[in-house]
Amino acid sequence: MEPATERSATVEPRDPMPDGYRRTLVRQIAQHAHSEIIGMQPEGEWIARAPSLRRKAILMAKVQDEAGHGLYLYAAAETLGTPREELLDALHTGRQKYSSIFNYPTLTWADVGAIGWLVDGAAIVNQVPLCRCSYGPYARAMVRICKEESFHQRQGFEILHTLSHGTPAQRAMAQDAVDRFWWPSLMMFGPPDADSPNTAQSMAWGIKRFTNDELRQRFVDIAVPQAAALGLTLPDPELRWNEERGHWDFGTPDFAELAEVVAGRGPCNAERLAHRVRAHEDGAWVREAAAAYAAKRAARTSTQEPAA
Amino acid sequence: MTADFLLGLADDALVTAQRLGWWVSRAPELEEDVALANIGLDQLGQARGLYAVVTDLEGLGRTEDDLAYLRDAPDFRNVLLVERPQTDFAVCVVRMLLLAAWQSEVYAVLAAREGPARGVAAKAVKEVAYHLDHAAQWVLRLGDGTELSHERTQAALDAEWPYLPELLEPAPAAPVDPASLRDAVLGRVRPVLHEATLVVPELPADPPTGGRAGRHTEHLAALLAEMQQVARAHPGATW
Ligand SMILES: [Fe+2]
Ligand SMILES: [Fe+2]
Repeated sequence: MEPATERSATVEPRDPMPDGYRRTLVRQIAQHAHSEIIGMQPEGEWIARAPSLRRKAILMAKVQDEAGHGLYLYAAAETLGTPREELLDALHTGRQKYSSIFNYPTLTWADVGAIGWLVDGAAIVNQVPLCRCSYGPYARAMVRICKEESFHQRQGFEILHTLSHGTPAQRAMAQDAVDRFWWPSLMMFGPPDADSPNTAQSMAWGIKRFTNDELRQRFVDIAVPQAAALGLTLPDPELRWNEERGHWDFGTPDFAELAEVVAGRGPCNAERLAHRVRAHEDGAWVREAAAAYAAKRAARTSTQEPAA
Repeated sequence: MTADFLLGLADDALVTAQRLGWWVSRAPELEEDVALANIGLDQLGQARGLYAVVTDLEGLGRTEDDLAYLRDAPDFRNVLLVERPQTDFAVCVVRMLLLAAWQSEVYAVLAAREGPARGVAAKAVKEVAYHLDHAAQWVLRLGDGTELSHERTQAALDAEWPYLPELLEPAPAAPVDPASLRDAVLGRVRPVLHEATLVVPELPADPPTGGRAGRHTEHLAALLAEMQQVARAHPGATW
């Protein structure tokens, strides 16, 4: 396969592709799809408690979007020959991962704002370059997804802005949420480049366009002025504008914590997975019924209508 | 009377949206997470549209959020059908079938004549037609699917059916007398149930009722406690 930079057209499902490329893509798309559907949980819990009908509608639509993102991405993975059922099984049995960020709890309404602003914001920084990734179905799914993520990010910002200009209790709630979600959001970009051995290969294949640290820096540079506009502080004493680099300097995330969360020992890993597995198992009789009904109907039509 | 009647419709829709919201991330398949969220959003939109009409008619300066968040259970006017727990998928779709059949008829009448709710109803007619179709498709699949799904759906129907008469109680002074919709509603529901190989229960002689007068089951207060908790913890706050 030629290096991504020398290729103009995208790779399509029927094109020949190296095994490693296919495997890496499946793993990345599946992990992304799993993140979308596990990500429904922390915010989904607040649909019931949203403090105004307008916010309730916006949040319900957002969580619905995330389910839709999951659908697009599982469909993209299916074009590589891996059915959704197989990928869900890998998620449910812990063989495939999802983004570590969703293993942190949502403790107050302000967390819905912080997730929209920071988590959807970080997702956008990660995903916009993927709209030009080398695999066509993935790139096209990302274009649709990124449009919706930017809505989510704006809505999250707006929630926090309203809270930070509200009552003292609302303001405190907003600051607390940002304090808790800031560092985990920085960890969404993965380990530092020095500890990310697959980056070079993924970049050569065109399924990654920037390194983890480059994307993390880009995110910080975007978030700092936005935090100022919100009137909220970011919990990093080392944040400082660096005139020479033209970027914000920032502290080092606790990558040992990231490793723990990725290894399954974050605050909510067990709950999130149990919730997903329960939904899947509780729904088994429904999926079986749908399959049985479809089979009966197919049998009925084939006995009624003579074959053409 | 018009405001009272519309408030009942709005509360039906809000409580339904609240119950459907629970399913998001818990549905049997991902397509259904999307569909139930979609239907919940439609119901929420109808509730908001109707609350706007009601607050206008009242002229007391109340907002949609005052109605949703600052009333206690006895002030809600929804039917009992929608407020009971709904964590079984068969219950979810059977209830949706009954409610959507009824809403289809009510909104069709309101959309066809001059009145303050005409605009809301015209939009809602199209939405609940989809809800009705979605519910009917599932009732068919479950009723005529496996032995287990048939049993569970029959049990759900037996549990939900006694709550149907409350929707059809006479209210001659209302903009739409629900009693006049009885044949049309049953005409929408019965053929689906038959085709789904389900046994349609008798309508009970003395059915549970009281929602339209604010006499609810114990479930509504619990539902509202959850829904209203953040808003009430911060009186006067803007969100
Ligand atoms: Fe998403
Ligand atoms: Fe999102």
